Amino acid sequence: MYVETFYTAWPFVICIVMLFIIGIYCILATLNLIRALIGIEILIKGVTLLLVLVGFHAGRPALTQSLVLTFIVIEVVIMTVAVGVVLGIHNHHKSLDARNIRKLKG
Amino acid sequence: MFINLVILAVLIAAALWTVLTRSLLRSAIGLALTSVVLAIVMFRLNSPLAAVFELSVCAGLISVLFVSSISLTQPLEQPAKLQHMKDRTGRFWYLPVIMLAVGVMLSFVKIKLTLPVLAPEIEKDVRNVLWNLRQVDLLGQIMILLAGVFGVVMLFRETRKDVR
Repeated sequence: MYVETFYTAWPFVICIVMLFIIGIYCILATLNLIRALIGIEILIKGVTLLLVLVGFHAGRPALTQSLVLTFIVIEVVIMTVAVGVVLGIHNHHKSLDARNIRKLKG
Repeated sequence: MFINLVILAVLIAAALWTVLTRSLLRSAIGLALTSVVLAIVMFRLNSPLAAVFELSVCAGLISVLFVSSISLTQPLEQPAKLQHMKDRTGRFWYLPVIMLAVGVMLSFVKIKLTLPVLAPEIEKDVRNVLWNLRQVDLLGQIMILLAGVFGVVMLFRETRKDVR
């Protein structure tokens, strides 16, 4: 049972780890705030795939599907608010450079 | 199995293209492509409802959000910024190495896996689970949606004051 699970799951696990690496790299290596948001999105995609994979192998896909639905709703709200914040920063500084917001007041 | 490998390779390629392309608009399109491929993977992993949500919300709504925000801002990338990005690309070469090392170390740890318990009859239908078993989740979703709407309203009210 475990050997079978291992052989069917390892490509997905490697894919999830690579998605995490790509997302973290995207957040670290960029100065553009919108690109950092795209990196967060890629990290979220990795977590979604992990949840679905666990549900598939644990035999409870319905439970993880409902969790994924909740997760997607939260993701959309986070992205909407984050894009609003980025637009506010752009209105204030006239650029999307992350170095502009290093010095915060308060 | 082979089809799964091909789809996962396409998923990784789409994510890499999203990160490595210079243009922000192409990056947003690459993110939508990643979402579409992820929806296919989810469909193959026996989660059709989540795949439909991923396809409609993540590939549709979030791409529209990103493209509209890119068009509202002017992300002109000067050569200096590109040079900085290139420097950073070289500086983070150790990230995959650390991940590989952690993976090898974790492979020596013996994790006790318990046998997966088969789901009871009530847990086999997504609608049942979502509406009967996970009601607190739904309440949380509604509260988060309201909080998001409130946050966006506050943000745009502030920008209006700035304009005046």
